[in-house]
Amino acid sequence: MDATINLIIFYALAVVVLSMSVLAVTTKKILRAATYLLFVLIGTAGFYLMLNYHFLAAVQITVYAGGVVVLFIFAIFLVSSKGEVIEPHAKRKVVLGLLASVAGAAVVFFALFKHQFVIDSANTTMIGDQEMNMKVIGQALIGTGKYQYLLPFEILSVLLLACIIGGILIARKR
Amino acid sequence: MFDFAIVTSWIDQFLRSFLSAGWTLFVEFVLIGLVILALYAVLALLLIYVERKVCAFFQCRIGPNRVGPWGVLQSVADMVKILLKELINIKRVDPFLFKAAMFLVIIASICTFGALPFARGLQTIDFNIGVFYLLAVSSLGVVGILLAGWSSNNKYTMIGAMRSGAQLISYELSAGLSLMAIVVLSGSMQLSEIVNQQAEMWFIFKGHIPAFIAFVIYLIAGHAETNRGPFDLPEAESELTAGYHTEYSGIQFGFFYLAEYLNMFIVAAIATTMFLGGWMPLHIPGWEGFNQVMDFIPSVIWFFGKAFLCVFLALWVRWSFPRLRIDQLLNLEWKVLMPISLINILLMALLVL
Repeated sequence: MDATINLIIFYALAVVVLSMSVLAVTTKKILRAATYLLFVLIGTAGFYLMLNYHFLAAVQITVYAGGVVVLFIFAIFLVSSKGEVIEPHAKRKVVLGLLASVAGAAVVFFALFKHQFVIDSANTTMIGDQEMNMKVIGQALIGTGKYQYLLPFEILSVLLLACIIGGILIARKR
Repeated sequence: MFDFAIVTSWIDQFLRSFLSAGWTLFVEFVLIGLVILALYAVLALLLIYVERKVCAFFQCRIGPNRVGPWGVLQSVADMVKILLKELINIKRVDPFLFKAAMFLVIIASICTFGALPFARGLQTIDFNIGVFYLLAVSSLGVVGILLAGWSSNNKYTMIGAMRSGAQLISYELSAGLSLMAIVVLSGSMQLSEIVNQQAEMWFIFKGHIPAFIAFVIYLIAGHAETNRGPFDLPEAESELTAGYHTEYSGIQFGFFYLAEYLNMFIVAAIATTMFLGGWMPLHIPGWEGFNQVMDFIPSVIWFFGKAFLCVFLALWVRWSFPRLRIDQLLNLEWKVLMPISLINILLMALLVL
């Protein structure tokens, strides 16, 4: 029965994520697209919660829903005028876009079907009964040993710092 | 001290005695949802009454005094009124975003509210990442405010939304950083663990000066995050009519109103949990008799007492200071509070080492 409830929640989330992502790319209004994207990202956080990976769910909500989408909305506020409707694309762009999406789908499906999912009823982590401890994540992020990520973490920080300085430089140019 | 886990586990056992495990879970989900919504609504009524009374005393008035003794039923009457009000359909709004915005605001607030530890054993869900969860979910509200301002198709709402976006995003930083100081002190993000560690002494005393600085910064930043004066630029009524919720009517406006009051309580409750010991009674090491006496006061009373003390501080600030200008507001955050809270974390780390 527990598995059934999990399955129901999974399908509910899947329906939300799929329908919202289709709406996000088909809507004619750009701010609505950003809102649909927000729902997709929240739905993804729901998947992480189902897997009991609470840390990732919280990161997903803070960074994407609270940060990136707000940034998108601000950008839309600043650059687009009220009620602007996206113009239909040129035919060549439509064809190219279709080709790109088919190629992307092919890669994803290839990976999905090639990968051997281990279905083991004794393995409770499949259902997600164990919660990832915050301490483990923290130490992996800041450790210098094998499978620890201090160097990538610091490099990413420097990259972000460069982005911030670049942003300020562009904004203050006048 | 009474442990509410006895009650909750009894309900769980009772449901399990005649339902299967899955259905028990389902019924519990629904029950918890109903309880949280009911508590949310009741607290909102209480807070609105408290706000009006406290505001009246600060302004040397009596405040609501006609409906019920001392006017205690005034907010109930107001609730009935707002539920019966007409919802005005506004032309040229974006209907989907207009409707979605208020739900985003109130859902973010309810999600944060749901994870608070109200008393011993009375916590809906005890995440390993508790503090981080609270910060994450409460950051969703700003999207709702931005969408509300944009979709209303009105210059006042638009300016209000832009201001609140800048304000909320900035103040979220120092609110988060000041909570991190306590996470450094306790070495855990789990709310139950944090509360338990304050059994001997609350963190505001245990953490010496850094904890006190963090407490003050959290109160300021949290107050700014609730969009209330002196930080009420997004809805400054003298310049923007009502800011981002100008175009909302009836219960649609009520949602924003509810969320604003409950956010004030949530900030107070988080401050209580992180700094003032949550539902833990006041214990002073060495004073055994005193500690025994304090243990007789139920944990619910401790929690709500401390939370309402913080709410009173917020009201005191709100009715005492004039509104800031937007540049003063952003300067305060980026040039004063942020550096102080960063240094404060360093100080706290040194203290813990």
